[in-house]
Amino acid sequence: MSQHDISLTVNGRAYRGTVPARLTLVDFLRDHLRLTGTHTGCEHGVCGACSILFDGKPMRSCLIFAVQADGATITTVEGLAPDPAGLSVLQDCFWETHALQCGFCTPGMLIAAQALLNRNRAPTDEEIRDAIGGNLCRCTGYKQIIDAIKLAASRLQGANAPVGQTNGATHG
Amino acid sequence: MKAAEFDYARPATVEEVCCLLDGATGDGKIIAGGQTLVPLLVMRLARPTLVIDINRIETLQGVDANDGGITIKAATRQADVLADTGVHQRLPLLTKGLRLVGHPQTRNRGTIGGSLANADPAAEICLVARTLDAEITVRSSKATRRIAMRDFCAGAMTTALEPEECLTDVRFPLWRDAGRIGTGFTEMSVRQSDFALVAAACQLVLDKDGVCRRIALGIGGAEASPVRAASAEKRLAGTRLEAGDIDKAMDELQAALSPLGDVHASADYRRRVAGALAARVIAEARDEAKAAA
Amino acid sequence: MAQPMADQAFRYIAKKRRPKEDRRFIAGAGRFVADLALPGMVHVALVASPYPFARIRSIDTEMALALPGVVAVLTGAELAAGTDAVMSGVDAPKVKRWPLAHQFVRYPGEWVAAVVAESRAIAEDAAELVEVDYEPLTPVTDPEAAMLSDAPAVHPDHGSNVLFRKKWVWGSVEEDFAAADHKLSFRARWHRSSTVPIETFGVVAQWNPAQQLLDVWASIQMPKFADQLAKALRLPGNGVRVHFDVDVGGSYGVKRGLKHSILVGFLAKKLGMPVRLMEDRLENMRGGDAQGPDRIFDMQVAFSREGVIRSLKIRALDDCGAHAGRAPLQLGKPIGAICGPYRVNSVEYEAISVTTNKTPQEAVRGFGQSPTNFALETAVDRVAAALGMDRLAVRRANLIRAGEFPYTIPSGSTYDSGDFQTVLEKALTAADYPALIAKRDEARRAGKLAGIGIGCCLEPSGGNSAFEPLFNPKNETTTWMEAASIKIDGAGAVVVSINTPSSGQGHESLAATVVGEVLEREPETIRVVRADSLSALPSNSPVGSRMAIMLGGAAAGAAKKLKETVTAIGAHKLGIAVSDAEYRDGAVISRADPAKKVTWEQIAEIAHRKFHELPPGIEPGLQASHVLEVPTGGKLPTPDGRVQMYPCYAFEAHIVYAEIDRVTGQVSLGPYVLGHDCGVMINPEIVHGMTYGGVAHGIGAALYERFRYDESGQFLSGTFMDYLIPSAHEVPDVAIVDHCTPSPLTAFGQKGSGEAGYLGAPAAISCAVNDALAPLELKIAELPMTPGLLGDLIATGKKG
Repeated sequence: MSQHDISLTVNGRAYRGTVPARLTLVDFLRDHLRLTGTHTGCEHGVCGACSILFDGKPMRSCLIFAVQADGATITTVEGLAPDPAGLSVLQDCFWETHALQCGFCTPGMLIAAQALLNRNRAPTDEEIRDAIGGNLCRCTGYKQIIDAIKLAASRLQGANAPVGQTNGATHG
Repeated sequence: MKAAEFDYARPATVEEVCCLLDGATGDGKIIAGGQTLVPLLVMRLARPTLVIDINRIETLQGVDANDGGITIKAATRQADVLADTGVHQRLPLLTKGLRLVGHPQTRNRGTIGGSLANADPAAEICLVARTLDAEITVRSSKATRRIAMRDFCAGAMTTALEPEECLTDVRFPLWRDAGRIGTGFTEMSVRQSDFALVAAACQLVLDKDGVCRRIALGIGGAEASPVRAASAEKRLAGTRLEAGDIDKAMDELQAALSPLGDVHASADYRRRVAGALAARVIAEARDEAKAAA
Repeated sequence: MAQPMADQAFRYIAKKRRPKEDRRFIAGAGRFVADLALPGMVHVALVASPYPFARIRSIDTEMALALPGVVAVLTGAELAAGTDAVMSGVDAPKVKRWPLAHQFVRYPGEWVAAVVAESRAIAEDAAELVEVDYEPLTPVTDPEAAMLSDAPAVHPDHGSNVLFRKKWVWGSVEEDFAAADHKLSFRARWHRSSTVPIETFGVVAQWNPAQQLLDVWASIQMPKFADQLAKALRLPGNGVRVHFDVDVGGSYGVKRGLKHSILVGFLAKKLGMPVRLMEDRLENMRGGDAQGPDRIFDMQVAFSREGVIRSLKIRALDDCGAHAGRAPLQLGKPIGAICGPYRVNSVEYEAISVTTNKTPQEAVRGFGQSPTNFALETAVDRVAAALGMDRLAVRRANLIRAGEFPYTIPSGSTYDSGDFQTVLEKALTAADYPALIAKRDEARRAGKLAGIGIGCCLEPSGGNSAFEPLFNPKNETTTWMEAASIKIDGAGAVVVSINTPSSGQGHESLAATVVGEVLEREPETIRVVRADSLSALPSNSPVGSRMAIMLGGAAAGAAKKLKETVTAIGAHKLGIAVSDAEYRDGAVISRADPAKKVTWEQIAEIAHRKFHELPPGIEPGLQASHVLEVPTGGKLPTPDGRVQMYPCYAFEAHIVYAEIDRVTGQVSLGPYVLGHDCGVMINPEIVHGMTYGGVAHGIGAALYERFRYDESGQFLSGTFMDYLIPSAHEVPDVAIVDHCTPSPLTAFGQKGSGEAGYLGAPAAISCAVNDALAPLELKIAELPMTPGLLGDLIATGKKG
């Protein structure tokens, strides 16, 4: 079994590690870096719960070996917010529309949606469904997720649009 | 669901890949996008001792237009080819097929060569390559050879690749026929991003009178490998592709198919749907060619 | 119970409010079982049977144990000797089940041995090295064949494959059938599907020898989990501590995990190290608690020439797989709504549960109600077709009227409240039904197969345990309580403690909203925590759409007690009688002189620090708890098998438009409108979310999802490439139309809603497909209606 030294950037921070060849990227993120926001639902590339941004593009981290990520720049759900205490516009919109229930698919769904909004600030419903079509959610029926992405798109389009909250958020 | 142990190598050149494959004596496996291979590895349905990563070999990246064809290097991402305007203009059938490959996240990682080398019976890229008589280039430490798509797919998930060979590119010939080219691609999958139960692809040329001068019609998913509907093509060539012409050709197509049945659909289902989808893509290609006038 | 307040009387209830728990999930900061990493933790992988039925001759673990990194290999013989069998819901003492197969394997994928190693990968390596010598036996896979006397017995000691069989006759069934103008009969088939959460089941256990205590973290949704786990492990109840502060990644019924937890608890105690089992998807689908109801309904209907249904005979044959699990009891819940939302004079119901060599079923959203609703709605459509009547007209003729509540159905259950006609009419209006008809007819003229589906269904909610005694006379359970406790600290901060994990239902929001409502405190300032099983008050977990009713009721009960205490302290401080004091926004004021006021903070300080200012009889501190018995709960069933299992009944009316591709058999859905009445919604966004999700889940059951086995008993649907969960492409935009008929039985008029959408979508979609097929004179009552099935039916007039 070969062991490999890798270095990569995750959520803006440089990491080094030594990994066996067979370790998947999602297991590296979760078990070695303890970034447990990225989830595993099927480990065979169907459910999308493990979605991450790999060099800016959304991909399945269960279908990439950690050793292959040597030198890569990765964003996980923990890296979406502008600061650790805050929320991105998209995350805030997920909260606003209650675009989740159990929260298990949510990190992957946020990654897929963020990738869409990064390249398309005015997506149609069909484009939204295409973007999240590879992310399975068993709780929501997708409706409030699509609503959240549309809301985020409209907020991102609006200059100086306030990121409003309907009530305070003192206890997470 | 963890892969069995393997060694990993990330060579910088194709020569090194071939050398590593030789050294692995049949137990080496190339990984490109990994979208098909990794599930097989983690389910332990594939058990190579050495996994050879070709993702960083520069000579295996990119799209080249040359001498009447478009060559796509093996490790080029599906998403990059889908976004390639040159491919879209000159090889629209491939663009149409790529839109239906998996979904954005798998296309961002999955490669053209990987899809071909895995030869899933329903793979869109294999179907387009078969329909357009693409040619696969494979390298070993001893030789380079070119394999026509009709000889490349040897059954479900089986190809003419030898264990020590590396698929380096696929070349799609461009049609230079006088007249107007039209293309059509469609598929039936249970969910939108599933593998197709049946897929159909068509490229054709109409002359100025609307007569079909050349047609290629391929069916994927029905048999163990994508097939060309040769008898239907023969019947359609020289016609105006009126509904009656298509109907007759579809009878021939359906009679010639030997579809597979499985839990998702019976053999008869696949035969019927192949005929219907073929008719749809012929009509799509015909109308597109007419509109191009 | 209090009379329900009108919507506008609420401060926080029924208002759009951001759910409390969402904040951590959108940050990726949920805490799921797989996120726990205990020092020295070892990992389990499972050796699974390749055979549907076989005798285990021997198991050789030597090679596996020799692999570096392997800690232990456990087989069924050792586990069976060291634990008690898993409790069964029915009285079948010879059908015993342990987490690992013992002597026989009875379904493909059954766990034969557990390998423990330093990493999951090494455990999987070693699992491949465990050599099991099997003697294959002839399996039985067809539930009707399994009932024949010469069928192979899945449990030879039990004597037959029939695990449970009982016929109930409520009312004058034979007389009603004899007197009816018309009768019809048909068979409806609900193939095996389930809830399939995106998180598989996981459990971590750690034995603390100094305290003689087993700590357990598990992704559970199961009543009495800790009790049953302790019993199986032969530990006292206070020797197991189950931590409820684990986020559960979806369940919808199936996350029972008792066998997983017994196995891991046993290993943790035996090995003296923390042990984790996180199922992978293969283990989950074939051998976990993944699969669900698998039913054949034989339906007979007696009805008048006006389309009034007089009587029903229902025979439900359920293929429960190789063990009882919760499967037989899932035939019980439908008794509480056995005639749906319709006035039916008499009902006969025969429930049969048989064992086959398939994976055992687990509890699935609705607990058997959705398959039954599908059969009932199909019956209504068949009546309409037989009489040439409009399908809506038949429903309108049979729906219980708004003025008839409380309404008692033949099986003894009383429906609390409802206005079914109005909800249906609101849905029809929202869907613009005449326009939908026009759209369908135009599509048909264009040669398309187009149809409209209607589904009128009930969601019984808040249940007690009466179906357990109904199915097992030795079971005398008569309560199914839920509890909550509240503490207010010396500075006035409020903490609510709940006693169960959640799997997406928003219980923290529910508890905070209800407590905030009663105490007139902003729910956002209220913290909700979860007890562990040793500190918890009694709970029966979020099953049977019960938490809005039961947790909401318990939290309201505790809050009302605190409000009384606060009022008493405030009045005492003001020197006035309680009857002269008024509680307002957390403060207590004098009615006579509103300027005289004691603030919330002052009262909290008195309670915690100033015993001398407390009125006599009030204990220091500010805390209260409330344990709520189910409204309408008590000793049941009656000697003639009548039962009131669920106090509250929500109603849903689905209207869905569908087109079928004539060649591919592909069904496309939408527009989709759902009229829904679950009384007062504590948090409308949460209710809507679960309802949208329920519709999507129902679309899966109707069109895509099926656990398949071939004739030799091999399992064919073990991955997400074979078991097809709807994606965003397959679920249309659904419009929900709310209606509110408060329940007279609950604290705020709320009813349950966690199964909404799922209970009616399969019925409605089947109805739409059949309407689309009607011009071809074809009909089908079999779910899922996959493209392969419909394509062959349309092409050949029969199934392929």
